[in-house]
Amino acid sequence: MNIVELVSTKAREAGGKRVTSVELEAGKLSGVMIEALVFCFEAAARNTPAEGAELLVRELDGRGSCRGCGHVFALDSLLAQCPQCGGYAVETLQGKELKVVSLIVDE
Amino acid sequence: MCDSCGCSRPENSVTITRPGEAGPGPDVADHHHSHQSYQAHGRVVEVREAVLGKNDGIAAHNRDFFRKQRIVALNLVSSPGSGKTTILERTIRELRSDIPMAVIEGDQQTMLDAERIDATGVDVVQVNTGAGCHLDADMVHQALHRMEPAENSLLFIENVGNLVCPAMFDLGEAAKVVIISVTEGEDKPLKYPAMFDAAGLCLINKIDLLPHVDFDVARCREYALRVNHRLEFFEISARTGEGMSGWLAWLRSQI
Repeated sequence: MNIVELVSTKAREAGGKRVTSVELEAGKLSGVMIEALVFCFEAAARNTPAEGAELLVRELDGRGSCRGCGHVFALDSLLAQCPQCGGYAVETLQGKELKVVSLIVDE
Repeated sequence: MCDSCGCSRPENSVTITRPGEAGPGPDVADHHHSHQSYQAHGRVVEVREAVLGKNDGIAAHNRDFFRKQRIVALNLVSSPGSGKTTILERTIRELRSDIPMAVIEGDQQTMLDAERIDATGVDVVQVNTGAGCHLDADMVHQALHRMEPAENSLLFIENVGNLVCPAMFDLGEAAKVVIISVTEGEDKPLKYPAMFDAAGLCLINKIDLLPHVDFDVARCREYALRVNHRLEFFEISARTGEGMSGWLAWLRSQI
């Protein structure tokens, strides 16, 4: 819903009539299931300028730093344990993003 | 059904109603999926904007309003049936002589929760999300236009019972308060980490039932702290009042 709204607004602002492609960035910790997103996008885009547009999703790895020992490491869940000291107090540095990067529009 | 895909949410399916007003009627949604596919060609438009940017903008507007009015807004989130409304009823009865309070109730359907809160005498507005599985910042913004929360007051926003989607939507609140009841599993924080990660405070409710269930409070806390090492806890029973004094003192300290 939010993606279709954002995409439609941006396409109109750019003077495009129809969106043919949408590039999205989704962090691994954003809580988004990419398969579900692609399926829902198709339905939500119906009767909007984004109808039929292709959705390209780039998955971003999670990164976190340990509060205990300062080690920075790859995160694949919010439950990550520091591989160096075993601590659970981890600050998430990257991976919660959900962003529309760009569109391709037809005039 | 969840409205995330947008195909089940017709225009104006969200209703905002005060107790005593005519309630929402039934809503009927058409559901068709199109499976056309086109080749991508044309002009590239750079966007680089967060998908929830619009929601976050309205949330910032709500937060600004709360700050100017010195209103402490708390977003109560949990599974259905954890006791959110009962906690609110008891909290309001305990605090109403000291602190002005108001409530925004979120449910898919019915005025039932708003009627319970209305009986306590505080201002309440019900948001019915229709097919929606969470409140968003605009629903709260619209609800705020239907009420007049006092300065230096507490505003409780009772979200739709759902441990998943409400975690993603900022409403402009000071904090999310996640509630888990001892009739659920103590492993909920591990199963639904996003919500425990987003919360500032955790209420463990229905502790009067601990002798009758296998719920391990210490383990629940440990699991929740693994997800979010900043989380604070109060163990309460909204039914008997046990443990409520810590939560009430915390609320007083926020004003």
